[in-house]
Amino acid sequence: MSEIEKSYSPGLAKDIEKPIKDPGIEPHRVRMTDKSEKHARTAEKQIAAMFGLSVVGAIIAVWGFFAFPIIDGDLSATRNNALWMGLGMALSMLGIGFGAVHWAKTLMPDNEVSEMRHQARSSDETRAQAIEIVKLADGESGFTRRKLIRRTMYGAIAFFPIPAIVIFGDLGPVVGDTLRQTMWKAGTRLAKDPTGIPIKASEVTIGSVFHVIPEGLSELEHHLLEEKAKAAVLLVRVNPSDLNEDPAKADWSYQGIVAYSKICTHVGCPVALYEQHTHHLLCPCHQSTFDLANHCEVVFGPASRPLPQLPIAVDAEGYLIAQSDFLDPVGPSFWDMRK
Amino acid sequence: MEKQLKSAKPMRRRPWAAGLVVFLGLILSGGGYAAATNVVVSEFGSPEQVEEGRKLFLANCASCHGTNGEGAIGGPSLIGVGAASVDFQVGTGRMPGQGSGPQLYKKPVQFTEEQISAMAAYVASLAPGPAIPDEEYLRGDGDPSHGGELFRINCAMCHNAVGAGGALTEGKFAPGLAGVTPKHTYEAMVTGPQNMPVFNDANLTPEDKKDIITYLMYIEENDSVGGFELGSIGPVAEGLFTWIFGLGFIIAITVWLGAKSN
Repeated sequence: MSEIEKSYSPGLAKDIEKPIKDPGIEPHRVRMTDKSEKHARTAEKQIAAMFGLSVVGAIIAVWGFFAFPIIDGDLSATRNNALWMGLGMALSMLGIGFGAVHWAKTLMPDNEVSEMRHQARSSDETRAQAIEIVKLADGESGFTRRKLIRRTMYGAIAFFPIPAIVIFGDLGPVVGDTLRQTMWKAGTRLAKDPTGIPIKASEVTIGSVFHVIPEGLSELEHHLLEEKAKAAVLLVRVNPSDLNEDPAKADWSYQGIVAYSKICTHVGCPVALYEQHTHHLLCPCHQSTFDLANHCEVVFGPASRPLPQLPIAVDAEGYLIAQSDFLDPVGPSFWDMRK
Repeated sequence: MEKQLKSAKPMRRRPWAAGLVVFLGLILSGGGYAAATNVVVSEFGSPEQVEEGRKLFLANCASCHGTNGEGAIGGPSLIGVGAASVDFQVGTGRMPGQGSGPQLYKKPVQFTEEQISAMAAYVASLAPGPAIPDEEYLRGDGDPSHGGELFRINCAMCHNAVGAGGALTEGKFAPGLAGVTPKHTYEAMVTGPQNMPVFNDANLTPEDKKDIITYLMYIEENDSVGGFELGSIGPVAEGLFTWIFGLGFIIAITVWLGAKSN
């Protein structure tokens, strides 16, 4: 028994005696185009046809450019222009490519060449030489001998990248409290998106959904979209008897009118698919479903916490106002969110 | 026997005479009925029409909605839902409902225009509610750009940005809006059928609704700028198309490049 056989189980060892034979190189098959002049001429015509198609493609592209001019205000003209130019140019380029490949495969010489792989390992002589060079360099530079130089050099290399790491701090603004705060403040009126017209409680009839922004949002000169993305609210009125409210939060709603953040606590898509009769709010991205009648607790899907509720009240003129900012951070959950 | 009878009364009637009599009778009675009905349905909300609607309601709706529209085990109360609700629900064939499930489907309309109008008048007479919209809001001559903005804020999350429809929870869905008449679109907004929320006139003014209808008509009449819509359902259809046809084409070319010529 050989050494190899001993290291395998008897079942496998049997096969060692008859290893798969190297089938060698496939016999060379002569192409039809090499055997018959007729086939060669056919291939020649095919290649010429492909190059010809390429010319046709270029002409189609130019035709498309002029046949469907882009007219201001006519959107379908753009579509046809792009379609025909694209098709023509694709045909033009593919024609050249296919023609060239077909030419190489059918008519250019098909000599088959095989080359043996060489060993990756260097020869012993080369390896010994390399070691000699390293030793020589070490001896001449005194790298091993002069400890002071070696250690200060290590130190310099370790300290060198620190400025680069410090610079990373300047890559963006410091997050600060921005993840925890929105534009809502005590007394901010709830307004319609996109007009910014404030909403009266009497306008919100049962079964209604209002897409809400804080009043004054559209007057912001900076970071308007960022503020809108955090402050967007969905306002719904349901039959007050349908609401199953936590007594501690009972005064956050007004006669069945409730306001919740529209930003999903999973990854921040707008949750606005409201079903009037089930009181479910569905997020279209990952199907997180929130029960609006139950403080928007998660009833399905990957979201892990309820949508934050905006406590609302009514001011002297009958307009809906916020009692305060959201008490929970809006949008996707993050590390140290509860701090 | 038969032959005797025939010979006893030779050809007193031509064979088609009976058919002709029936035909004329039908024309006369049907025309007379139509004329009579026209007299009854003179004006929307007239006492005659309300009475006609009440009869239709009792015969077709009362088993679920109660004999006075107060609602019963099978169906909700219709007090205050308005004429618009009846016109939408019956006019799109959703009512009378067929079986119970997550959602009632659109199906062939079961009543004539006059009958729907009569039932709408009856339900409107129970309590004030949203009325059937005026023609001026349904012509589609509003501002499609403003309508598009409002549609994307208020409607697109369920109905898709170009009204292709979409899925909701537990078997419910927001239907596609292609082919829905402007009147039914308007009525759906004011009444909030099934699980759709209500968009009253304080939320979306009649002008806003007109703009939304204009937008829907615009996208239905005009080509999509981006080429093949693939159902307008977004990345799923587009991705599938790219994976199958785009990658399939690339694989086919790769195989051809590597194959030897014979």
